[in-house]
Amino acid sequence: MAALQEVDRPRTVARLETERRGDIMTILAGGPWVLGAAEPHDAALRALSFTGVATLQIDCAGLDRLDTTGAWLLMRTRRLAAMAGAKTVWLDVPDAFKPLISTIDQECNGPPVGHPNDHGLRAFLERLGRAQMHFFSQAVSLLGFLGMVATEAVATIFHPRRLRIPALIHQMEEVGLNAMPIVGLLSFLLGIVFAFQGADQLRRFGAEIFTVNLLGISILREIGAIMTAIIVAGRSGSSFTAQIGTMKVNEEIDALYTLGMNPVEVLVLPRMLALIITLPLLTVFANLMGIVGGALMSLFDLGISVPAFLRQLQGAIGGGWTFWIGIIKAPIFAFLIATVGCYEGLQVERNAASVGLLTTRSVVESIFLVIVADAFFSVLFSLMGV
Amino acid sequence: MTLPADDRSFGPPVIKVEGLVTRVGGRVLHDGLDLELRRGEVVGVVGGSGTGKSVLLRTIIGLNRQVGGRIEVLGQDVGKLRDRELRKLQTRWGVLFQDGALFSAQTVAQNIQVPMREHTDLSPRLMDELAAVKLAMAGLPPDAATKFPSELSGGMRKRAGLARALSLDPEILFLDEPTAGLDPISAAQFDTLVRDLQKSLNLTVFMVTHDIDTLKATTDRIAVLIDKKIRIGTFETLVHDPHPWIQQYFSGVRGRAARADV
Repeated sequence: MAALQEVDRPRTVARLETERRGDIMTILAGGPWVLGAAEPHDAALRALSFTGVATLQIDCAGLDRLDTTGAWLLMRTRRLAAMAGAKTVWLDVPDAFKPLISTIDQECNGPPVGHPNDHGLRAFLERLGRAQMHFFSQAVSLLGFLGMVATEAVATIFHPRRLRIPALIHQMEEVGLNAMPIVGLLSFLLGIVFAFQGADQLRRFGAEIFTVNLLGISILREIGAIMTAIIVAGRSGSSFTAQIGTMKVNEEIDALYTLGMNPVEVLVLPRMLALIITLPLLTVFANLMGIVGGALMSLFDLGISVPAFLRQLQGAIGGGWTFWIGIIKAPIFAFLIATVGCYEGLQVERNAASVGLLTTRSVVESIFLVIVADAFFSVLFSLMGV
Repeated sequence: MTLPADDRSFGPPVIKVEGLVTRVGGRVLHDGLDLELRRGEVVGVVGGSGTGKSVLLRTIIGLNRQVGGRIEVLGQDVGKLRDRELRKLQTRWGVLFQDGALFSAQTVAQNIQVPMREHTDLSPRLMDELAAVKLAMAGLPPDAATKFPSELSGGMRKRAGLARALSLDPEILFLDEPTAGLDPISAAQFDTLVRDLQKSLNLTVFMVTHDIDTLKATTDRIAVLIDKKIRIGTFETLVHDPHPWIQQYFSGVRGRAARADV
């Protein structure tokens, strides 16, 4: 199998001998001058001194194989010699290697490639500055986006026919109905966890029955709304960004513009509206499932029967603001999630990394905003005394 | 039907496909396909949309596993190799994907150096010099080195992809539609580039293409994917092949223009 031998990577190292006779230096290159065999001579060739050398002879008689790496090493030596004022004579170059040597000679005259310097204090400060400026410019452009959405929303109020009902229904199914299993399951489990932890502590005072109050108030006021918002941010906010972002990559957004359609009206409004309608409904569902989980736990762990549980629950939350405080927050959360999700989607650039990056950012930002808004509501409600 | 390759100057076979059967999504794309590429040869693969040109390429380079048949590249059976052996074999060929497939988070220079860093122990300085050599060989200006793929035009991305494919001085070059999406002038330049590189590096080139001008300018033989098999021949012999698809392909307007100066 001569063919096989010929193509195998070399196991022998390229041979290099240098001779100096008077003002003639001869380089004898032998064996395979290819990647994997020739580079050990890199340093030696670079270190050659050509002072007093008038002629450099490169003798290729013993050369078996040559590739760009080997040819480059020889060519670089020739150029170093030329810089020192020596002229070069190639001896016995096999015909097969001539095209490669002349290609390298004629075309490869550029300096070694450079790399962007991203280490060190300067680069760090530069990144910091850029991030800062990016933050401000993003705040401004988010504001612009909100204005655009507001204009479109108002226009739609005056021309209700511009509202895309089928898209709205589809989105409501997507973000609302299809989110029910996961939202329900997680709330149910949270209800169980809360009841269990509460019961464990309150039992020490013999106040097990107040587990129901703890459960009802914490779920209805906070946990139901915020958990639902976080799940929906992860589930639907990210998909808004990914969907719109992919459309941006495919130039579909540009196509919409050219067809005389406004992407905000076609893509953003239905998503935003769908989320604002369904998130409160999902929150009610989450509250319900959380209470059911808590009731089951109370029944098995504390022996509180379901009618007793319900009576206690009604006493704890009955008639008051508790339920509405949770629900009022939901549309605001929905607005934040949808705004961030759609906005980041429209920021996608035309490369593959961009969609992933902005989807991540969209989820992180919307969860952040939801929690900030929730804290804001807490302060507001405590000032109002409810 | 595999016609024997012209014994002009081509060496021993480097790619040998025998009785290849591939299936994608339940559909048989190749059924008993034979193909042989000799060292130093440029072969273009043509065929209608969906006939599995790219799948053939992907199967030969080990991205797709075949259902039946044998693929021998550089004397090794690709289908039987273990992962490590396949990876070692893969350093001996270079692949240019349709849009370059450059790593978008890295500069062009870093892209070219990825295989060097992974598979060799070149000094950083030599790597930078060699990257400049590859860049120049692929016909890119030196200042392209520090650019990111997103800052390059389509033609430049292909050249950068080619430079990366040449990074380890491969023996075989696989090109997937190298001139698709390029203007005729850039496409012609790319054809010349491939031909020149083939000559100076003695590459074997396997090229999937639709472009009849590229076929004419660069290939030694043309493999036509028809009826799940390959018909191979030179441009001149295929023009006279009676198969209706081949007739239609070569008698198109562009075909006639290309044939006019055969």
